[in-house]
Amino acid sequence: MLRVEGITQIFGGLTALENVSFSVAPRSITGIIGPNGAGKTTLFNIVTGLYTQTHGKVYLGEKNISFFEPEVLARLGLVRTFQNVELFGQMSVLENVMVGLHTKSKSGIFSCALKLPGQIKEEKMVREKARNWLEFTGLTDLADVAACNLPFGKGRLLEISRAMAVEPQIILMDEPAAGLNSRETAVLAELIRKIQDLGMTIVLVEHDMELVMDVCESIIVLNLGKKLAHGTPREIQENPAVIAAYLGED
Amino acid sequence: MIKEKRQILIFALFALIILLVPLFLKGSYFLNVLVFIGINTLLAVALNLLLGYAGQISLGHAAFFGLGAYVSGILTTRFPVDPWLALLIAAMCAAALAFVIGFPILKLKGHYLAMATLGFGIIMYIFFNETVDWTGGPSGLSGIPNLRLGPLIFDNDRNNYYLIWMITLGVMLLSINLSQSRIGRALRAINDSEVAARVMGVNAHILKVQIFTVSAFISAIAGSLYAYTMTFISPTSFGFNFSVELLTMVIIGGLGSIYGSFLGAAILTMLPEFLRVFRDFDIVIYGLMLILITMFMPTGLIGGLETLFKIIIGKIKGSTARNA
Ligand SMILES: Nc1ncnc2c1ncn2[C@@H]1O[C@H](COP(=O)(O)OP(=O)(O)O)[C@@H](O)[C@H]1O
Ligand SMILES: [Mg+2]
Repeated sequence: MLRVEGITQIFGGLTALENVSFSVAPRSITGIIGPNGAGKTTLFNIVTGLYTQTHGKVYLGEKNISFFEPEVLARLGLVRTFQNVELFGQMSVLENVMVGLHTKSKSGIFSCALKLPGQIKEEKMVREKARNWLEFTGLTDLADVAACNLPFGKGRLLEISRAMAVEPQIILMDEPAAGLNSRETAVLAELIRKIQDLGMTIVLVEHDMELVMDVCESIIVLNLGKKLAHGTPREIQENPAVIAAYLGED
Repeated sequence: MIKEKRQILIFALFALIILLVPLFLKGSYFLNVLVFIGINTLLAVALNLLLGYAGQISLGHAAFFGLGAYVSGILTTRFPVDPWLALLIAAMCAAALAFVIGFPILKLKGHYLAMATLGFGIIMYIFFNETVDWTGGPSGLSGIPNLRLGPLIFDNDRNNYYLIWMITLGVMLLSINLSQSRIGRALRAINDSEVAARVMGVNAHILKVQIFTVSAFISAIAGSLYAYTMTFISPTSFGFNFSVELLTMVIIGGLGSIYGSFLGAAILTMLPEFLRVFRDFDIVIYGLMLILITMFMPTGLIGGLETLFKIIIGKIKGSTARNA
């Protein structure tokens, strides 16, 4: 599904990622763990086209997407959420999700300004689909609230709803449980499984070990920009190098 | 849906008031001011599409206004071109220019974009001044004809008022429609978080170029209307000072609010009339207003009025609830 090959990222003198390769199976949930500064977010930024890697390639299925722009990747079905929640703060919760449906509609600037019949129909479809995604994530009651007024945990859910609206093949989540309490984390775990049931592939960067071990089928460990290990949750927990470098630190 | 109905109602009310106003104005002087409020509203709405919706600054918008005025002025005085056709050509020229320069400069962000648009405005200003054979240079271009529509000649304030306000109202309505649509949401998304918008599949760069082009198109229409109304134009109307004035209209009225743009345009058009003593210091006054509004009323006067309105409604509801 997703394959990265020999990714290296150098920022000035700092090597944030060094020759990282792995692949993610379709419909799987893959965790990426590692201490702060390991390069997890940088890896997401490269895969989603926000950064240009120094070396290495990225494939989506058979397609080489190494230097694709984020907006093109969205159309190919690759989306993400952000570690520092990136909502459209001035817009309502519903409108945020409607932006997620941008690629599912095509009215141009003129048919929008003139409210042509096709645009009105499309707008109705978009609104309805957006409502369905809010129902999926349980945010229906907050549809008309401005996104900047949402409690933090709901903001994380909104980011997921918005990403789901793109109807992606693969969704990358950057620390979706950060800042959530244990009840919210449990809801999140449930939601992640529900997303997998829809046939989507999930890659999860996360510090919450309980969540990672619970939902992930496969885990990649990054440390200081290098891949340290890749295996099932059990294999990772028993891997001496991982224990020494990472789990031992906590 | 209820929100949409309310919006239509507000617009209908606004349009009705605008169209009825001349009936209550006997003296022509204030009608003349209202004509210029119409032109400035058109310009402020155009800039607001770029600045308020998409969050992209332009410090050179007076240049598109000027380009519209000069293309129409030149075509109608030096060639036998129909004024309406000239208006269309002028708007197309401005749009084409905006499209061409928009591609590179809208890749820039923040200060860099401000500098690039500032530079563009200055270059165009020099151009209006120096191409004397075409523009008449600093002494201006005179003898521009009025617009006509059948037997109707737009050579007096009343006719101009209806002409300009019909166009301005039309553009306001289209802009309001746009804001509630797929494209409007995408623009506002770019304004809030460009990175997130792109990840959602919004082609931010193309969309910015598009709205910049539309904004230039509308500004040039305003320029043509200005030229036909004044019948005389000179470069001083299209310099940096006026770009700042436009920016002030949009910001004090309220970023992203179409009625705010009207409010901003109305205030800044009338201000010099009231503050004649400050004539040469008007740019200082605009600067002060900008500082005060951004500090104390970040959503502009419209936002401030809305808050006030809500507080009053709340108070009324509160007291009726207590009385009940
Ligand atoms: N745009 C950037 N410019 C320079 N250095 C960066 C940039 N982005 C990340 N880094 C550096 O790369 C390293 C990895 O960061 P990051 O990917 O955010 O780690 P993680 O998400 O695993 O905590 C850090 O040392 C960080 O400072
Ligand atoms: Mg990170």
